[in-house]
Amino acid sequence: MLRTSLLVAALAAAFPAVADTDLNALRAEIQALKTNYEARILALETRLEQTANAPPAVLPAADSVSPPQSAGNRFNPDISLILQGGYARLGDGNEHRITGFMPSTHDNSPTRGFSLSGTELVMSTSIDPYFRGYLTLALQDEKADIEEAWFQTSSLGNGFSLKGGRFRSGLGYQNEKHPHAWDFADNTLMYRALFGEAYGNDGLQLKWVAPTDLFMEFGAEAGRGAGFPGTDRNQNGAGSVALFGHLGGDVGASHSWRGGLSYLQTRAHEREAHLEDLNAVEATTLFSGKSKTWVADFVWKWAPEGNASERNFKFSTEYFRRGESGLLSCEDGLCGLSSDGDYKATQSGYYAQGVYQFMPRWRTGYRYDRLNTDSVDFGTNNAFLPIASYSPIRHSLMIDYSPSEFSRLRLQYSKDKSMQGLAENQWLVQYVHSLGSHGAHTF
Amino acid sequence: MKRLLALLIMLSPLSAHAALNVFACEPEWASLARELGGNDVKVYSATTAMQDPHRIEARPSLIAQMRRADLVVCTGAELEIGWLPILLRDAGNAAIQPGQPGYFEATQFVTLMEKPSRLDRADGDVHASGNPHIHTDPRNILRVSEALAARLIEIDPAHASAHRARSVNFSARWNAAMTGWKTRAAPLKGLPVVVQHKSFSYLLNWLEMRTLATLEPKPGVEPSVGYLASVAAQLQTTPAKLVLRTAYQSPRPADWLAQRAGIPALALPYTVGGSERASDLFGLFDDTLDQLLKAVP
Repeated sequence: MLRTSLLVAALAAAFPAVADTDLNALRAEIQALKTNYEARILALETRLEQTANAPPAVLPAADSVSPPQSAGNRFNPDISLILQGGYARLGDGNEHRITGFMPSTHDNSPTRGFSLSGTELVMSTSIDPYFRGYLTLALQDEKADIEEAWFQTSSLGNGFSLKGGRFRSGLGYQNEKHPHAWDFADNTLMYRALFGEAYGNDGLQLKWVAPTDLFMEFGAEAGRGAGFPGTDRNQNGAGSVALFGHLGGDVGASHSWRGGLSYLQTRAHEREAHLEDLNAVEATTLFSGKSKTWVADFVWKWAPEGNASERNFKFSTEYFRRGESGLLSCEDGLCGLSSDGDYKATQSGYYAQGVYQFMPRWRTGYRYDRLNTDSVDFGTNNAFLPIASYSPIRHSLMIDYSPSEFSRLRLQYSKDKSMQGLAENQWLVQYVHSLGSHGAHTF
Repeated sequence: MKRLLALLIMLSPLSAHAALNVFACEPEWASLARELGGNDVKVYSATTAMQDPHRIEARPSLIAQMRRADLVVCTGAELEIGWLPILLRDAGNAAIQPGQPGYFEATQFVTLMEKPSRLDRADGDVHASGNPHIHTDPRNILRVSEALAARLIEIDPAHASAHRARSVNFSARWNAAMTGWKTRAAPLKGLPVVVQHKSFSYLLNWLEMRTLATLEPKPGVEPSVGYLASVAAQLQTTPAKLVLRTAYQSPRPADWLAQRAGIPALALPYTVGGSERASDLFGLFDDTLDQLLKAVP
């Protein structure tokens, strides 16, 4: 302002002879210039004031990426711990055998009274840009079972991935799910009869996902084949082969589904099982031969508009058919010292279950299990061993409450007719808690 | 099966030849990718505005889309932690693994609010890196758009000039729209509100509104009647003007409180597709502001 005044004074002094009109025009011009400047300065001042008074707004992008925390454990794998246990009120029978089915070596059906039913430690992370790794330890008294310990490629591309190590087979639907992810407190009769808990293997799995809108996944596995229904056979080649294919997709926004077909072939050498002979005396049998299993699975899920947080429904069912053929040698009881015979059996079964979340946190579900012995032939041992013409079935009802994503409490009632001549009422109370990193769940 | 495999492998280049496949975890990023990619991208949105992005099932259809994606655009900051890792693991797609140019996390490009000072699940479903609902502040959209445009150019250099032109065009339109929104929103400054979940922290910060209470006692924990009653009691001494929730959240807690306190409850679109008018990002903010301004006397 001072400057403009000086300018006017200087001009006036310098050109005293300039006509009045010219001077007035010049004055007006300078006045306009002055107002213009004042307005701009005011605008600048207001902006400055606004910036100073503004709340600590979001900072520009350049310095936003927060520096990685210095702690050395940032590279540690994601760790989660599963705490699972409860209370079971079961019938008197101290061994829960399924009538007509050779018991698996790895059967962890619920025990009576209070017990821990599964304590699992899970670790996983990427190994490098090419692989990821995963470990599940099932902790028990005096031992830790390595349930899964595998690496998987993350960089093969084109839909391929290769998994190696010990892993749960991709066959069926429930097989890859660990007990804490089950919808009921105990295993389905089908999986108990087929594998004990689930089919795991030491070996390789190659999986391919098709580049299509419809989900199509195909997998092949080859491995040691030590798990039931096979046995460890101390050989160089692959002891078991599994093939599976899955299709899946959405129907509208509210429905989604997945279905599949799987095949498992393995061999057993002197697989031990205790059976009751015709006199109801326990006999020891050793099976050597081939075991072939087909599994069909189907899952359907519903959630209004695909928003599962309020209400949702899940239906799943699986059907299997297993054929075993080979030699069965029988000892003790009627069999005497040793009695060898041919063995050929075809067995099947299924389960179907529905779980409905009727309000946030609360779910209820019903499950039906059924197994069939289609044909069993003990050859010459038919003279000693009974052939069961019994179809084990079970009804289960459950209700569970999940205070958060990380905890769940469950009450289950089962009418268990898996043993001929017994209709057992079973009550199970269970808790499942997961600590640590937030695990993602498969479909 | 081998023949089928061979056939599918032969067919795959045909479908991959077309536009860049963009897999967007949330509708806001799908909309942004459409603005920036135009006809050079084919965008699939994994979720809708009616779905809670925290709780999505890793459905087979999502794995199938992930399998063909050239670029994955997600929020990050653990918003998708319950489902995205499964999709990345099972899709067998190397191009979109974290660390690759094909994997884009929007929260990497803005500063997050509400970063928890301690991490404990006793505090609910807390996100270690901060509140992930960044898109409710249009200034964040602008920042993410610049980063996303750069990423599109990086993985699709053949269309670099077109991507650049669309980005410049979008920035200009967005800046103009932001000026308009901010002017119109002047009456909202200082307005006290109650929110259901911390979905709108960035929006409220941008509009300089005040959050008096949250209906969830802890993040991700459903409000109980007892807790709602305590919020209602709190509002008697410090009254709020509005209760805000997203389109996907249950209306019950917000409506209950609104009725108790005698103030309106609003279901803001929250993201693209959350209301009829919110058909793109511009519509999202137009509708959000209109709803807020209409509800305030």
